[in-house]
Amino acid sequence: MNALLAFPIAVGAFVIAGLRATGRLTLFAGQALWRALLPPYYPARLLEQMLLIGWFSLPVVGLTALFTGSALAQQIYIGGSRFNAASTVPAVTVIGIVRELGPVLGGLMVAGRVSSAMAAELGTMRVTEQIDALATLRTDPFRYLIVPRVLAAVIVLPFLVLVSNALGVMGGWLIATQRLGFNSANYLTTTAKYLEADDVVSSMVKAAVFGFIIALMGCYHGFHSSGGAAGVGRATTNAVVSAFILILLSNLIITVIVFGS
Amino acid sequence: MTAKISLAGVAKRFGSKVVLDGVDLDVAPGESMVIIGGSGTGKSVLIKCILGLIAPDAGSIRIDGQDVVGLHGSALATSRARFGMLFQGGALFDSLPVWRNVSFALSQGGGGHAAEMRAAAIDNLARVGLDAGVADLRPSELSGGMQKRVALARAIAARPEIIFFDEPTTGLDPIMADVINNLIVELVRDLKITALTITHDMGSVRKVAHRVAMLYAGKIVWSGPVADIDNSGNAYVDQFVHGRADGPIKMAMRRP
Repeated sequence: MNALLAFPIAVGAFVIAGLRATGRLTLFAGQALWRALLPPYYPARLLEQMLLIGWFSLPVVGLTALFTGSALAQQIYIGGSRFNAASTVPAVTVIGIVRELGPVLGGLMVAGRVSSAMAAELGTMRVTEQIDALATLRTDPFRYLIVPRVLAAVIVLPFLVLVSNALGVMGGWLIATQRLGFNSANYLTTTAKYLEADDVVSSMVKAAVFGFIIALMGCYHGFHSSGGAAGVGRATTNAVVSAFILILLSNLIITVIVFGS
Repeated sequence: MTAKISLAGVAKRFGSKVVLDGVDLDVAPGESMVIIGGSGTGKSVLIKCILGLIAPDAGSIRIDGQDVVGLHGSALATSRARFGMLFQGGALFDSLPVWRNVSFALSQGGGGHAAEMRAAAIDNLARVGLDAGVADLRPSELSGGMQKRVALARAIAARPEIIFFDEPTTGLDPIMADVINNLIVELVRDLKITALTITHDMGSVRKVAHRVAMLYAGKIVWSGPVADIDNSGNAYVDQFVHGRADGPIKMAMRRP
């Protein structure tokens, strides 16, 4: 009897834990959005976070886009040559970068940098009672710590992804003109022809969603960490892994909604 | 006269573990109450319940006669504005210089007028015996005793009516512990603050307490004036005060 029940019990416990975590996360996200609307506001903290998330992510996001754009163009050239379609390199590169790789890789790189840092910082503040201390010092920890991080990430990610897109296309252009024998002016003309405003807008919408996920995961796991140094380590890992998965999942959903029909 | 803090039947459990099992306690205005009890008896949980950081499962917590259980939003913020707290580890914000830490409650984290805030911080630092030189240091550059003093300055900066001291002398050398004890006595006397201290340091108890309450197994098993602590007639208190391994309190060898 017990052996028979062990499996459904384990499945049930897993489902309940999953639902409970989803519920807690939804409440947390709701709090973050609701309290962002009400004063007091912390503009200095917002600017600080915009600098930390946006400006300092530029090198890593830029290099990622540049290398990926180059590799993408090279592969499209090799693949395209088989069908006598090597001339599609600029068009496919710009579509691939702007619609998918620019925002997704940019988002993943920022998640690696920022979600982890947020989870580690807030987790340390939690275990050293600094978050409790805020509450005893007439300051709402949510408004002071979480709202600026979430807002900053949602604001700066679209701009980071614009840079990522531009450098990705530039990577493709570099390898196409330097190695693959494309004419620079023709390449750029074709790129411009296939670059559509809708694609850029969807790219930026994706980026804003990713920004929300990145900050939310970092803050949620850090804010709720417990159990000393090991707990902070767990929170950091969970923040990055869950941010990665949610970015890829939401990207799929947005892509199907925007481009699928 | 209504009690400043009045607890009745406060209970809290985490899972199956009962931490507080009906705590009744009154603290008069201007009084320094010390709660003693072993590690893991729920002393910190009790303070966090009063602060509204943890919601008790049952019972009432009245501050100046007003029930504060279940407050949220601006009512909770107003209630909390009456409290200051000295955390066990100091809990200083390590990303901010000392003067920003000390003036934090005054500026509510949002900048404020920098010169004014700095002056207020230096005033409060002087009250705990630190000179203006430390104002621009980072918390990580201070010794443990200095961090504790900065944390004390931060807790009193907004002149709270009630202040909680969580293990104020833990981890300090005996001389620094006495310095902190003296500061607590002075602050309670000069600023007319109601103080609630939790500690297991008997030296600290004898120095700062007007009254003492002993927490054991989730209940207050004894309370009385500090002068009575050596002849309380209570076996739990006797065992604790004299630090004996044998007695009615059995030490659990595993963390609860």
